[in-house]
Amino acid sequence: MEKSGSISIFQRFEGLPIIIVFALLLALFMYTAPTVFLQPFIYTTFLSTLPPLILLAIGLTFVIGAGEIDLCFPAIIAFSGFVFAVLFKEYNLGWIAVVAGLASGVLVGFVNGVLVAKMGIPSFMATLATQFFWAGMATVLSGGKSYALREAEQSSVWQWIVGRPFADSQTAWLTQVPLQALWTTIIVLFLWLILTRHRFGEHVLFIGDSNEVSRVVGIDVDREKIKLFTLMGFLAACAAIMLTLENKNFFGNQGQGYLLTAIASVLIGGTSIFGGRATVIGTVFGCFIIGMVEAGLVATGLTGAWVRTVQGLIFLISIIFYLYADEPQRRRTFFARLGRFQGFGRVQSAE
Amino acid sequence: MNQPLAAAVTAVEPAFRDIVRLEGVHKYFGAVHALNNINLAIGRNEIVGLIGDNGAGKSTLIKVMTGVTAPSAGRIFVRDKEVNLSDYSVRRAHSLSIETVYQDKSLAEKQPLWRNFFVGRQITNRFGFIDFKREKEIANQILIDVIGFRGVGITVDSTIGNLSGGERQGIAIGRAMHFNADLIILDEPTAALGVAEVRKVIDFVGRIKTSGRACIYIEHNLAHVHEVADRLIVLDRGAIVAEILPKDMSVMELTEYLIHLQRKT
Repeated sequence: MEKSGSISIFQRFEGLPIIIVFALLLALFMYTAPTVFLQPFIYTTFLSTLPPLILLAIGLTFVIGAGEIDLCFPAIIAFSGFVFAVLFKEYNLGWIAVVAGLASGVLVGFVNGVLVAKMGIPSFMATLATQFFWAGMATVLSGGKSYALREAEQSSVWQWIVGRPFADSQTAWLTQVPLQALWTTIIVLFLWLILTRHRFGEHVLFIGDSNEVSRVVGIDVDREKIKLFTLMGFLAACAAIMLTLENKNFFGNQGQGYLLTAIASVLIGGTSIFGGRATVIGTVFGCFIIGMVEAGLVATGLTGAWVRTVQGLIFLISIIFYLYADEPQRRRTFFARLGRFQGFGRVQSAE
Repeated sequence: MNQPLAAAVTAVEPAFRDIVRLEGVHKYFGAVHALNNINLAIGRNEIVGLIGDNGAGKSTLIKVMTGVTAPSAGRIFVRDKEVNLSDYSVRRAHSLSIETVYQDKSLAEKQPLWRNFFVGRQITNRFGFIDFKREKEIANQILIDVIGFRGVGITVDSTIGNLSGGERQGIAIGRAMHFNADLIILDEPTAALGVAEVRKVIDFVGRIKTSGRACIYIEHNLAHVHEVADRLIVLDRGAIVAEILPKDMSVMELTEYLIHLQRKT
């Protein structure tokens, strides 16, 4: 039995395996598509397109780390995006529209949390239901219309959230660097600190490990779960606003397509689907991989149809890898299930 | 090695008779009468064995005592003072120096040992950020001094999932002792353990007594409780049916008595 005076190298450096995979993939694409991947513009494009995915995936890292799931965030992207777009465009409310958009996301997340924690509905069901409800709400209220935010770049909201701070620079690629990359970096760093060093992060992981243990050690499980879903709602609203501003357009199904990519990014990154283990850094690199595979394959000359196939393959391989590398208990039970019982059916050997 | 324990002994000299006392406690789960008029007092420095068949209400009794579930009726006194049941919780019980070590629900499997020591009462700064270094230092101290793990390849960074059952119980009990619990409740700590592991746990129970604390020890294996307990309480179908001093009855007689109790329906 491995005693853990020796912590494995994978545990010491958060997200190490996925960073290696990322580097290999990057090298591969630099080789297969040098015209794209050896130029700076693909990276500045990533900086403007990846932030919404990263924000969603970070929120999900907390949710999945706590052993829950949130399927509602695509609807929050639609709903909060709508709240923001309509107030911004029709009522010219500027920053108030931003605040209202964020508040709507927080509210939806809070309701999800209450449904899960207080009413005891499994999060899969609760958030599936609310995702239909809020996506429907967004369509009903917007009447199915899209809102084009022309002239948005004149507003301080646009300039501060998704502006291009170096637009006047001489270097061509520098003019493309978007501000949302900065905000996202700050949020990610903050949430990384929260997950690894804050009481809340520790509670999240313990809840993911076992609700029962968490109650026994005195964690207010219900309250922490409500906070968790509220945080997810807030991040989804941030993503919605960034997305709407970046596209200068709101449309009702703008959240679609994020659901599975965000979940995949989290799991590729090394967060356990069973809860109890979560890594923000892994998730960020998971997002990079998901985003890069798409661009990389197309630039390599494969058709877009290959993108999902390869993403699926990476997803599957990483899940299997984590199952075996990181969770000895689960590995043991797995083998036990295959009939290779150890120690007379005792999962944990006595000594 | 016993230095922290000695310090704890001198600290425990309070002015109360019973660390915890239940009066007329009832608990219903729907139509099931899980606890029926429980009157029970636990003295300051005694080990009380709680025995009874499956479903006798042992675990429910513990849960009521430690604030996990509220009783349907009755009163609870801690250190001779009545507790307000409406805000009695696990946290409250912790702050009243009552700690519980559950069979397999005390430690989170995938988390490192040091986090398991402090979760629920982390050492944090004003903003809730955990003081890593101090937590690890203290955890290491407990590991070596209180639990006596030395040179067995277990560090504060060890993941609980990699430890044996006995080691886990040791850690849970050590945690309880560190937080100066005056009453430590053990819920079947030796279930599913090998012989050598059981020995360790029983030694831990002995240390609870010598360090001047009280302990409630729930156990299936009569020989184990008989060895360490000062007093045995027998629960049957939610009620206390007997109180036995181990010196008055051998393990054999005790077994006979319990079998007899079962037949008498």
